Amino acid sequence: MIITTVKPSSGAHIGANNSVSKIMWRVMLALLPATVFGLWCFGWPAINLFIITVLSALGFEAFCIRLKGKAAKPVLMDGSALLTGWLLAMTLPPWAPWWIGVIGSGMAIILGKQVYGGLGQNLFNPAMLARVALLISFPVEMTTWANISPLFFSQSPSLIESWHITFSGLDAIDANTGATMLGYIKTEFSQHRLLSDILKDYSAFSHFLGWSRGSLGETSTLLLALGGIWLIRQKIIQWHIPVSLLLTVTLLASIFHLLDEQHYVSPFLQLNSGALMCVAFFIATDYVTSPNTPAGQLVFGAGCGLLIFVIRTWGAYPEGAGFAVLLMNSATPLIDHYLKPRIYGRDRKGKPLEIPKS
Amino acid sequence: MLSFFSKPRIRGGVHAEEHKIVTSTQTIIRNFPLPQKLYIPLQQHVGKPAEPLIRVGDTILKGQLLAYSQGMISAPVHAPSSGTIVDVNDYPAPHPSALPIRMIVLETDGKDEWLPIKKIEDPFTLPPEDISLRVGAAGIVGLGGATFPTAVKLNMGRENNIDTLIINGAECEPYLSCDDRLMQEQAEQIIDGIRLMLHGMGTGKAIVAIEDNKPEAYQAMQLAAFNHQLIQVIQIPTRYPMGWDRQLIGYVTGREVPVGCRSSEVGVTIHNVGTAYAVHQAIRHGRPLVSRVITVSGGAISRPMNVEVPLGTLISEVFHFCQINIEQTARIIMGGPMMGDALPHSGLPTVKATSGLLALTANELKNTEEQPCIRCASCISVCPAGLRPLDMANNIRINQLDAAVDLGLKDCISCGCCSYICPSNIPLVQYFKYASGEVAARQQAQHKSEQTKRLIEARQARMERIAQQQYEEEQARLAAKAERERLKAEQEVSA
Repeated sequence: MIITTVKPSSGAHIGANNSVSKIMWRVMLALLPATVFGLWCFGWPAINLFIITVLSALGFEAFCIRLKGKAAKPVLMDGSALLTGWLLAMTLPPWAPWWIGVIGSGMAIILGKQVYGGLGQNLFNPAMLARVALLISFPVEMTTWANISPLFFSQSPSLIESWHITFSGLDAIDANTGATMLGYIKTEFSQHRLLSDILKDYSAFSHFLGWSRGSLGETSTLLLALGGIWLIRQKIIQWHIPVSLLLTVTLLASIFHLLDEQHYVSPFLQLNSGALMCVAFFIATDYVTSPNTPAGQLVFGAGCGLLIFVIRTWGAYPEGAGFAVLLMNSATPLIDHYLKPRIYGRDRKGKPLEIPKS
Repeated sequence: MLSFFSKPRIRGGVHAEEHKIVTSTQTIIRNFPLPQKLYIPLQQHVGKPAEPLIRVGDTILKGQLLAYSQGMISAPVHAPSSGTIVDVNDYPAPHPSALPIRMIVLETDGKDEWLPIKKIEDPFTLPPEDISLRVGAAGIVGLGGATFPTAVKLNMGRENNIDTLIINGAECEPYLSCDDRLMQEQAEQIIDGIRLMLHGMGTGKAIVAIEDNKPEAYQAMQLAAFNHQLIQVIQIPTRYPMGWDRQLIGYVTGREVPVGCRSSEVGVTIHNVGTAYAVHQAIRHGRPLVSRVITVSGGAISRPMNVEVPLGTLISEVFHFCQINIEQTARIIMGGPMMGDALPHSGLPTVKATSGLLALTANELKNTEEQPCIRCASCISVCPAGLRPLDMANNIRINQLDAAVDLGLKDCISCGCCSYICPSNIPLVQYFKYASGEVAARQQAQHKSEQTKRLIEARQARMERIAQQQYEEEQARLAAKAERERLKAEQEVSA
């Protein structure tokens, strides 16, 4: 008996057991410990902001897909908009008002992603684009850092109070907020104080754990690094970008710290501050906006590290991770153009190899 | 450090789920019921099709020559069984297109009677040219799937300075285990075939490379090669496409074959284990290539097996023998699941290239719901040829075929690693095959239009030349006439 099958196509007829949504979900799983820790540290206002940011990211994505005349649900299921909203929320000041989350998500999804044509087409990392745009547009809200006030402890705002903070703003700003470590150091430098004086109360260990003021999900070096290492082990991301980025920052910080330890912070403080870990493992490794060969990724990571160090040390902003990533994003097509794999049987310029003389 | 970046021992590749165990643990089935009709294509090899020398109605014996090879690169075709020729005509080819090609149809008489065979006492006393002559006459082609005539390669071996013969026992395609079983069961014969090939090529040493997921085959081959110092059996890592000749050459010898060259130009020739076995059969027993071992497997096959099948058997009969579950069959594949061809139906014959016949269920197939590329670069990291499939596909999508060619489209080996790994289910190989075909068609069209232009120009030049000629003739005629009249007038005057 003759059997007829339909739709023949080229190989491979079988496939690896992976999909876009599986990749996105695993990245979110890796983010989960640091996120939960951040939400716990900063309590209900942070939870409100997280939910608002993520939901509005999904809403904007659905809106754009509808404008394209497509069904929104299958696109939302790929998890990319959820991840963008999630990453953006991680980088916001934990007690920021609701509209920061909504505007940020709108900029990330619409300006950062959909205007380019949607998933895979954007030049810049959407979350970083939104973060930088927010920082420039709303500098006060974006630099008001809540104190650590963990859930279930007395200083933590209740659910009702949190609604007040999220929807009509914080009343007693001075009592509940302060500067981040990098911001504090930058201000104190302008008062001509020396590092040994500024860092009298600095606890390296609590910064490593994440017990410090900072963005919602960026404080815990430990948990972010664990999540990132898990992603590398899962082969979701390659080691090249995080390693070259962190190495570059460490190297530069070490050199300058050794030269003048009163004016340049130690590499350890650099690694445990600001957005560095989050950017190294979760932002700079974004497939769409980073180079796609190992050599290119090494260059990209080193470039990010260099820019972060330069902006932090000599720039006007205490933290430069967002700017650094965006600048390197714009260099990605160039890096991909110059650093490409060598084709089998050809030299680096694409000419056929010569037959070796025996 | 730099050499580490420029020449890794294995480039790219994937490790797919093997599915080999269902067939690799059972002995090869050799009692396949003789089909009533065999459909024998005249072209089962790379090169020119064979030319039939029989007529409809001829009675023939098994192993008899049906069609002789013509041209430098070609291979003859022999009768897979005894019987009567009932037709020489066009029938659908075992190819995704199933377009008709010429075939000889043989109605078997059930006796399966061999042509009387003249045996050679000691083939090693034969001159090397004789070995390749006999291998060519036996219709042997590369049985790994490339189907390049083996004799041509043996001749190349003598003409070039080949120092190493690599025997490809990688069998890196999932599901397939016919080479594995052959090595386990016929190790002595394969080693003999390798020795004959070495003799025919005048080459010093042979290396048999077997993937390390086939320990039994490795042991059997090592045991068989024990007394032959020229033949070394080695294990290689299990990683598709380890059996790609260039990958294997790189791993075994560290050499790289430049683009546009044959492996013989770097001193290596590569043959499949099945080919070595066929050489043994042809030289020692005088038997031409009339049957082959095929892996029949896949989720829709109730009795997966390795089975020796006469060439020309319809795929539907092989599937019937292996108890196919028709409702569950989502796709029929000839070859392996990575590089094999999806066939439109099973009413097509098995040929020399048929290493596997798979009937896959929908669950086994790759999801075809295409999603946008997220530039994850998995395709780049798995590409054994060092290409950037995602950039090539992007260019092909917007019809920038020249850009795709610049990115290395012609260096693609269609191994399928990129399609396999892509999380967005983009059928990359399909894109590349389409683009290659389109580029070839465009070149042909351009060539044709240039030819037409040349012809038109030539015609114009010819017409102008004729017109010029006519004008000159006319002028000459007028001048002559004027001269005549002048003479006449002079005569009149003088008169």
